[in-house]
Amino acid sequence: MPALCRDCLASFESPASRCPACGGPRLLAHPELFELSIAHVDCDAFYASVEKRDDPSLAARPVIVGGGTRGVVSTCCYIARIAGVRSAMPMFQALKLCPDAVVIRPRGSHYAAVSRQIRTLFEALTPQIEPLSLDEAFLDLSGTERLHRAPPAVLLARLARDIETQLGVTVSVGLSHNKFLAKVASDLDKPRGFAVIGRADTEAFLRDKPVRILWGVGAATQAALAAAGIRTLADIRRQDRAAFARRFGAASDRLWRLAHGLDSRRVAPDAALKSVSNETTFDADTADRDLLDAHLWRLVEKVSDRMKAMHLVGRVVTLKLRRADFSLLSRRISLHDPAQLADTLYHAAAGLLAGVREPGPFRLIGVGFSELLPAPALDPVGDLLDPAAATRAGAERATDAIRARFGPQAIIKGRSLL
Amino acid sequence: MKISIERAALLKAVAQAQSVVERRNTIPILANVLIEAEGATASFRATDLDIEVVDRAPAMVERAGATTVSAVMLHEIVRKLPDGALISLADDPATGRLSVQAGRSHFSLATLPREDFPVMANSEYTANFSAPAPVLRRLFDKSKFAISTEETRYYLNGVYMHVATSETGPVLRCVATDGHRLARIDAPLPEGAEGMPGVIVPRKTVGEMRKLLDDDEATIAVSVSETKVRFATPTITLTSKVIDGTFPDYTRVIPIGNTRRLEVDAAEFARAVDRVATVSSERSRAVKLSLDEDRLVLSVNAPDAGAAEEELAVAYADERLEIGFNAKYLLEIASQVDRENAVFLFNSSGDPTLMREGNDTSAVYVVMPMRV
Repeated sequence: MPALCRDCLASFESPASRCPACGGPRLLAHPELFELSIAHVDCDAFYASVEKRDDPSLAARPVIVGGGTRGVVSTCCYIARIAGVRSAMPMFQALKLCPDAVVIRPRGSHYAAVSRQIRTLFEALTPQIEPLSLDEAFLDLSGTERLHRAPPAVLLARLARDIETQLGVTVSVGLSHNKFLAKVASDLDKPRGFAVIGRADTEAFLRDKPVRILWGVGAATQAALAAAGIRTLADIRRQDRAAFARRFGAASDRLWRLAHGLDSRRVAPDAALKSVSNETTFDADTADRDLLDAHLWRLVEKVSDRMKAMHLVGRVVTLKLRRADFSLLSRRISLHDPAQLADTLYHAAAGLLAGVREPGPFRLIGVGFSELLPAPALDPVGDLLDPAAATRAGAERATDAIRARFGPQAIIKGRSLL
Repeated sequence: MKISIERAALLKAVAQAQSVVERRNTIPILANVLIEAEGATASFRATDLDIEVVDRAPAMVERAGATTVSAVMLHEIVRKLPDGALISLADDPATGRLSVQAGRSHFSLATLPREDFPVMANSEYTANFSAPAPVLRRLFDKSKFAISTEETRYYLNGVYMHVATSETGPVLRCVATDGHRLARIDAPLPEGAEGMPGVIVPRKTVGEMRKLLDDDEATIAVSVSETKVRFATPTITLTSKVIDGTFPDYTRVIPIGNTRRLEVDAAEFARAVDRVATVSSERSRAVKLSLDEDRLVLSVNAPDAGAAEEELAVAYADERLEIGFNAKYLLEIASQVDRENAVFLFNSSGDPTLMREGNDTSAVYVVMPMRV
């Protein structure tokens, strides 16, 4: 059976308990090891790992990255996970479980920068990269063996090693013959893992897995399936395909296929970005329109910065408010001319906010652009009834130029200080 | 109530009523038309609580009275009855049904009590004047295309009708804009309109009122208060709330210093714009105008669709200019021109452009350019 040492990258034929070349224990052996080429690479507790890397004094302490006293856990390190802390858990609950945790506010742009460095390492291997978020991506390494003179498994082991040594964060790799199984695999051996699901062992692997491992099966689908006595993938596989589709709707055919380990989706590089948005949860629910407005401006600036960095304009502006009971209120408006400027976004969003008659209180506000297009060279000329818009647009561009040269804090609007 | 009425008269009355009633309303009575019979007249009243229309038609009234019945259903029935039919409407208080009889067709329709029908409160009208139908038709037809549909700027969702002073003296003026184009149409001030408060006539009212204006010989009685406007012919009265908001100061939007003058045959221009815009992207519909001495080149360049170009002979004697517009906006303003050439006055590629018909300043249009 082909085997590979994940430390020294030596490959050999007979499985041993330690690497014959370097004596390391991290061996990977699988009959199809050098034949599979679809990978899912997932960073281990990414935000927390970046924080620990940047501040070595945190290395041995539980770290939670998340927002404020009211926020939720965005990421937590493995030490915090031992205490039972999980992603998306409300912060107060996390702190109850793990009172000595170090809570760090997320530094989105910093993580994005590290993510870009990781992406650069991906790009050295293949152009077929489909990022799912800042910390995970699919890679299709089919047909790269001759170019790199090594099979995908070796390239991935080297990639994981390089990310760890060069960037100081660890990743887990899943290698299989389709995206679904690659993603499942990357979760099997976390952290710092490498798991393989081959064609021959797909069926055995999936047999008794619960339905929730399928992509897109949440609580509701799980309950609907359970009502029909379907709890495991084996249960799905026993269903007649047509009857299953009739019973659970057309979309369920995808579940039937996945349960059989079939997934023909391609790794789609740069699956078109759908929207750029940002939101914030308040420390306490608020009905204060001035406060909402101040938050709105802060969010607008962040969204606009990202739009500018990506050279995108958006046609639709969406404003999102979450009520105290967690229900969502959203308003959208189509702009006449697609835009990226903070000024345009702010005016559209503030107009939507003014149109919200509900007094609140709200716990969250969010704003974003969608229906994105590549940015034209010039800003739109603006509105007849807002002749000052062109002047404000000029001021914003000048401000951006100053920031680009002297740093983001070189010049800011007074209102950003609120 | 029991009446007999000509199909044509009934059809006209219920057609007007059924277009006012709100299609998706949650208050059942608002889907109904109130029929009232007295003397030799039947009146048909419908409302969506913002607009109320009353249409009076001659009828043979056997028994005076009133009832309400679904406007849409009654309209459908009358529409499907043969031309020339005499239709009898009779309500039966015992069953609560309205019987509709014509020839050998018989319908029995559910009714709701007339007491439940909301009648719009009367208003103290501060100005009353009358205007020939063609004058009002011109004021609203030439301005309504620019009405905004943007709900956040609700005060733009109508035509601003007010008294203004033009170069020729006081005028009755209609203005509409959506922020990207603006129409300003003037008519000589009718007697009695002097003290009229400026009102924003909602889009739906403009559409309903337009149906009163088809007859060239008709004279329309107009009444205006701060909160309502009323348009009346001898048989139809349309009353509407006006938009409660302040129309922006449009005067500063209309450019006065634009000097680059293009004169072009409007119809020929519109056809050319329409042709080249065929390849423009669905969304932006941008058309570029390149002006040089007596030459206009219209072009569209849509990287993923293709390119188009057309040249027109025009009168233009200023410096070279390249400026882009939304094709739809150009077509809309060009189609307002019906007698003379269209005259465009430009400043720069980033400034609003003014368009008028010849030297006639009683109808001017402003359109914002696009980056191309």
